[in-house]
Amino acid sequence: MSASTSERTSAVGQRLSLGKAINAGLRAAMEADPKVVVMGEDVGPLGGVFRVTEGLQKDFGEDRVIDTPLGESGIVGAAVGMMLRGYRPVMEIQFDGFVYPAYDQIVSQVAKLHARSQGVVRMPAVIRIPFGGGIGAVEHHSESPEAQFCLTAGLRVVSPSNAHDAYWMIQQAVASDDPVVFMEPKRRYWDAGPVGQESTPLHASQVVRDGRHATLLAYGPMVRTCLESAEAAAEDGVDLEVIDLRTLSPLDLGPVHESVRRTGRAVVVHEASRTLGLGAEIAARVQEECFYSLEAPVLRVTGYDLPYPPSRVEEEFLPDLDRVLDAVDRAMAF
Amino acid sequence: MTVPVHTPGSETARPVTTPSTVDTELVQLLTPEGRRVEHERYAFDGDDESVRSLYRDLLLVRRVDHEAHALQRHGELGLWAQCLGQEAAQVGSGRALRSQDFAFPTYREHGVAWCRGIDPAKLLGLFRGVELGGWDPAETGMALYSIIIGAQTMHATGYAMALQRDGAVGTGDPTRDAAALAYFGDGASSQGDVHEAFVWASSFNAPVVFFCQNNHWAISVPLARQSRTPLVQRAAGYGFGGVRVDGNDVLAVHAVTQAALQRARDGEGPTLVEAVTYRMGAHTTSDDPTRYRDSAEVEAWRHRDPLARVERYLRELDTPESFFTDLQTEADDLGAHLREACRSLPEPDLGALFDGVYADAHPELAAQKAEYLAYRDSFDTEGGAA
Repeated sequence: MSASTSERTSAVGQRLSLGKAINAGLRAAMEADPKVVVMGEDVGPLGGVFRVTEGLQKDFGEDRVIDTPLGESGIVGAAVGMMLRGYRPVMEIQFDGFVYPAYDQIVSQVAKLHARSQGVVRMPAVIRIPFGGGIGAVEHHSESPEAQFCLTAGLRVVSPSNAHDAYWMIQQAVASDDPVVFMEPKRRYWDAGPVGQESTPLHASQVVRDGRHATLLAYGPMVRTCLESAEAAAEDGVDLEVIDLRTLSPLDLGPVHESVRRTGRAVVVHEASRTLGLGAEIAARVQEECFYSLEAPVLRVTGYDLPYPPSRVEEEFLPDLDRVLDAVDRAMAF
Repeated sequence: MTVPVHTPGSETARPVTTPSTVDTELVQLLTPEGRRVEHERYAFDGDDESVRSLYRDLLLVRRVDHEAHALQRHGELGLWAQCLGQEAAQVGSGRALRSQDFAFPTYREHGVAWCRGIDPAKLLGLFRGVELGGWDPAETGMALYSIIIGAQTMHATGYAMALQRDGAVGTGDPTRDAAALAYFGDGASSQGDVHEAFVWASSFNAPVVFFCQNNHWAISVPLARQSRTPLVQRAAGYGFGGVRVDGNDVLAVHAVTQAALQRARDGEGPTLVEAVTYRMGAHTTSDDPTRYRDSAEVEAWRHRDPLARVERYLRELDTPESFFTDLQTEADDLGAHLREACRSLPEPDLGALFDGVYADAHPELAAQKAEYLAYRDSFDTEGGAA
C-alpha cells in the first residue's frame, strides 16, 4: 500500500499548509499512476474553491483533471463507469453539504459494487469532502456528515488533522483498492506543519500527546482543539492524553482501549451532531472493552442535534477548549 | 418531423461531422404482418440467415423469461421481472454490440444478457436470493443489473469517458473503437441521474448510446405521467441526436442501434434511441397490472408481438418447418437446463460474505465474522446449545 517512490516529486522535508500538503500528495499520486484522475466542480483552472487542486490541470492536462458539469451525482456516477475501465478517480465534492445529491451513487453503487460482483469489481475511489464549520460560511457549507458514510458497509472513511498526515493519507487513499471518503478539515486547510517520511498506515489511530488522567479522542479539525485543551489543562496539573483517530471506518480502537485502561476516563470530541455520531459508537465500544477500567462514563463533546446554525452563533455550537475542559472536569469529578 | 439540432463541439472533443437530428417518426423495417419495408435512412444489413439467427435469439430469450417466471411461481425464485414483449428491443440492440462495447442494463435486460453470451442461469441467482450479482462485467462486456432506476446511465457515460481517455474512440480501427450502451426505461427518464448523464455525455461528446425502452408503464404509472412529449425529443435539449424506433421490430432496432453505436465509436458523440415497446407482463411477479391498466390495451399490443412478425416473415420465405421444430427442441433443452441450474444454485454462506465487502483487509469486519462463526459453531459442537 505504500505510495513512496524515489522518482516522484516529494514534499518530504517541507513545511506546508494542510491544503497544500493534499495538493502535493495528489501530485505525487498522479505522477505515480497514470490511471489516477481528478474530477469535480472548479478543479481545473481555478484549482478548486479551496485551491487544493491548484496547478494540477496545467501539469496533467484536461483529460486527467476534469472540470465537470455541476452535478454531484454525476461526478460519482461517472467515476463508477471510469473505475470499470481501471481508472482511479479522486473526486472533489465542493462542500460537505453538497454531497447529498451524490449519496445514492456513493452508498448504492461505489460502496456495494465490490460485494455485488462477488469481489470481481474494484472501486478504488477517493471522495474528497472539505467538512466542518468555523469559517463563518453560509448554510450547507459547514456540515459534518462523516457518520453517514461510516455506517455504510463497503466504504472507508478517514480524516487527516495535520499537513504530514494529509500528504501521506491522500496518497494511501488513492492507492487503496477500496473506496475512501476523505474528510478534509476545511478550517485547518491553512494550518502549516512539517511533512516527514511516511510513517503510519492509513487505518491507524495515533497517540499525539501522552497523558495520565484522561483520554481525549478526536479527528480532523478537533485534534488541534484537543491539543490546545490539553495544554491548558496541563497548567492546572491535569495531564491529558490525546488520540488522533485518523481513521473513522474502520475505527482503530486498539490504542484507544490501551489508553483508557491507563487513564480510566475518555472524552470524545467531534463537530458532528451527538445522536448516532462517532462518539456514540466509540463510547459503546470503550465500555465493552474497558468496563472494569472506567472511572467515569465516556463523555461526548459534540455539535448539538440542530441543523448547522447561522455562522454568528457557530462558536457556541462547535466544541471548543472550554467545552472540552468542562467535560474533562466532569469526568475527573465523577 | 425532423428537428435540426445544433451540437456544440467541446474544446477537447472531436468536431461533430454529421448534423444531429431528432426524429419523432417511428422507424420500422418489418411490419407486424411480417412484411419488410424500406426506410430512407436505415436498413437491416443482414441476410435472411441473420433474420433466422435473430429469431432464434428472440424465441430463446422468451423461453428463458417464461421459465424464470414459472420458477418464481413454483417458489424457486423470490421475484422475477419479465421482459415479455420487449425481446426485440433487447435482442435487436444487444446484437448490435461488438465484443469491445459495454452494456449497462437495468434489471430487465435478460435479452441483452443473452446477446452478451451470459448463461441465463446466471441471471437467476439475484432473483433466487442466493447472490447479489452473477457475472464478471469485464469478461462479458455487461455491467451488473441496476435496480436503482437510472443510476447506470451515469456509469455508462463515465465508462464512455474512459474509452475516450484510452484512445478507443474514433481511430477507425473496427476492432478497437468502442461505445457504451445504456439501457433505461420511460420511468427512469424522470430521474435526475438520466438528466445528468445526458448533460455529461453531450458536454464531453462521449461515445454512449442511451437506449430507452419505452414500455409505457413504470409499475402502475403510465407514460403520460413521465412525459408530455415523445421521450426522444429530449435529446434536442441536450444537443445530440435522437431516433424513435418500433421497439417490437427487431430489424429496425438492430439497424438504428448499430448506426447510433457506430456514430459513438467514430467519435461523433451520444444518441438517444427511444424504442417504443410494451411491457406485456407485470412489472414483476409481485405486481398485479389488472389494478391499473386495461386489458384492451394489452390486447392491442399483442397484435404487435415482436416474435410473431418475424415468424410470419420467415414462413413467407418458405423456411423449412424443421427450422422451427429444431428451435423448439433447443428451447425445451434450454428450459430444462434453466430449471436444473436454478435448483442447483449453491446456497449462500453468510460467513463467506464478510470477506467480499472490501478488497483489502478490514479488521473490524474480520472480528464480526469471527463473532458470527463462533456463535454459529456453538450450535454444532458436542454439548453445545443445540
